[in-house]
Amino acid sequence: MSYGEYYNPEIETLSRSGIGALQAERLRATVRHCMNSPFYAKRFKECGLTPDDIKSPADITKIPFTTKQDLRDTYPFGIASVPLDKCVRLHSSSGTTGNPTVVLHSARDLDNWSTAVARCLWMVGCRPEDVFQNTSGYGMFTGGLGFQYGAEKLGMLTVPAGAGNTLRQIKFFTDLRTTVVHAIPSYAARIFEVMQQQGIDPRRDTALRILAIGAEPHSADTRKRIEDMLGVKAYNSFGMSEMCGPGVAFECKEQNGMHIWEDYYIVEIVDPVTLEPVPDGEVGELVLTTINREAMPLLRYRTRDLTRILPGECPCGRKHKRLDRMKGRSDDMIILRGVNIFPIQIETVLMGYEELASDYLITLETLDDNDFMTVDVELREGINVDDYNRLLKLEKDIVRRLHDEILITPKVRLVPKGSLPVSEGKAVRVKDLRKQY
Amino acid sequence: MTVHQLSIFLENRSGTLVKVLKLLKDQGIQLIASTIADTAEYGICRIICSEPVRAFDILRDAGVAVSLCEVFALELDDEPGRAADAIGIFAAEGLSIAYLYSFLLNGKGVLIFRTDNADKARDVIKRNTLSFIPEKDLSKLL
Repeated sequence: MSYGEYYNPEIETLSRSGIGALQAERLRATVRHCMNSPFYAKRFKECGLTPDDIKSPADITKIPFTTKQDLRDTYPFGIASVPLDKCVRLHSSSGTTGNPTVVLHSARDLDNWSTAVARCLWMVGCRPEDVFQNTSGYGMFTGGLGFQYGAEKLGMLTVPAGAGNTLRQIKFFTDLRTTVVHAIPSYAARIFEVMQQQGIDPRRDTALRILAIGAEPHSADTRKRIEDMLGVKAYNSFGMSEMCGPGVAFECKEQNGMHIWEDYYIVEIVDPVTLEPVPDGEVGELVLTTINREAMPLLRYRTRDLTRILPGECPCGRKHKRLDRMKGRSDDMIILRGVNIFPIQIETVLMGYEELASDYLITLETLDDNDFMTVDVELREGINVDDYNRLLKLEKDIVRRLHDEILITPKVRLVPKGSLPVSEGKAVRVKDLRKQY
Repeated sequence: MTVHQLSIFLENRSGTLVKVLKLLKDQGIQLIASTIADTAEYGICRIICSEPVRAFDILRDAGVAVSLCEVFALELDDEPGRAADAIGIFAAEGLSIAYLYSFLLNGKGVLIFRTDNADKARDVIKRNTLSFIPEKDLSKLL
């Protein structure tokens, strides 16, 4: 069967002025709609903003920023712009510092989200004949259901394999003739490693051709390496649960920047300190405003992700702006195997132990293409170090409680007090030695 | 019945043991027996030495992760089978040994150990009239 190049041809190839007009209209409607949100109604009142003040997309700067803290403060439902009976889905961030962040979706939001994901997958060549296998965790993590709905909407046979169980994943690749996979980059490398152990050649024994990768920082070299290993084209995916999940921005076949769907989002890049906009091409913090969302629009949401807009036009014909790969964070959040972790979460767990002193060191490293976290913790002075079993039990207990908190299993090392590095009088908390970060 | 032992928590890095031994050497502390239990990530060094209380203060003040503990010390005749007899008694009483090491002192065998139940061990030693070392500072017996 022959198909067109675009999933939503009119929207995807809309001119810049067309995008501008659409954004003006949708931003105005969004601000008006946000008057139904207790949080935004109060905030607008405080700064004297009315929907009539928004005449063009440039007027967005009149709106105050929204932060993750705002989401926590209004937990669970205080930022929604519709009554709960209009909501059909809830996702929550992986972080559990204080209140989690909760994101609500109406039926229309889910439909729009699925369309965005389908549009991304279509863009890289997925078609209804394809078999799509999703190795994301399902549940609260949006990479699961987000890709599931999008892939189904596109019309692919969609396999919700879920996270882990690599042998079973590989069996499905070969038995179901999977052609498209969604995986985080470190897991894609892990799959290849296990294939090799099993004597499976991905080029010879599977039909894999497209890989969607995202949710953890990786370099162009890593992508190339994964492509070479698996014999696929790998496309970068960007999303975050606050914006819906995957489907916010995605690479096209040019593999040069991720098109962000400007009929869904208004993009700003700001200096993280002055919060003033920076010109296209310069790195700053990504700020997003949802303009196509019903249950929980977010205005000028500070993502804390550092990136830049790639200047110029993309040869693929889409006029939607392109984001460069993420350059890091403007806060101390760690992204490990797709999970968002703040050092304070680890610190809070450690401080609950009277056997431990206050210094700790989080080391992130890559071993055999897998990313690991090691937490070195100092023993408090005066604790009994004669009892090996007690130390072992302490170590195991810390591992278990850290896992409960950050959802990954770190290695914990007990060290004597005073043995952790101190730089310029300030304790070094995080050491990132991961390959090609 | 028990003697003083220093237990030192050591990182698995070269130089950590030397640092501890040098601190003791510089203060004229004499080692009588020592053993290191290793794990993947750290070691526990156990030392019987002269002036254990002073040695503990020296190490603690130098920032070493050290505990001063009391471990059982049995005295055995220096002939074959005595250790088997002694440990056989503990086993028969259902006591398990957490760690154990031995050495010779003044022609007698000394068996150092820690059990999971100190009160019961005390009772077993008394009931079986096992010969033990009465002095907490072993160097006084040298």
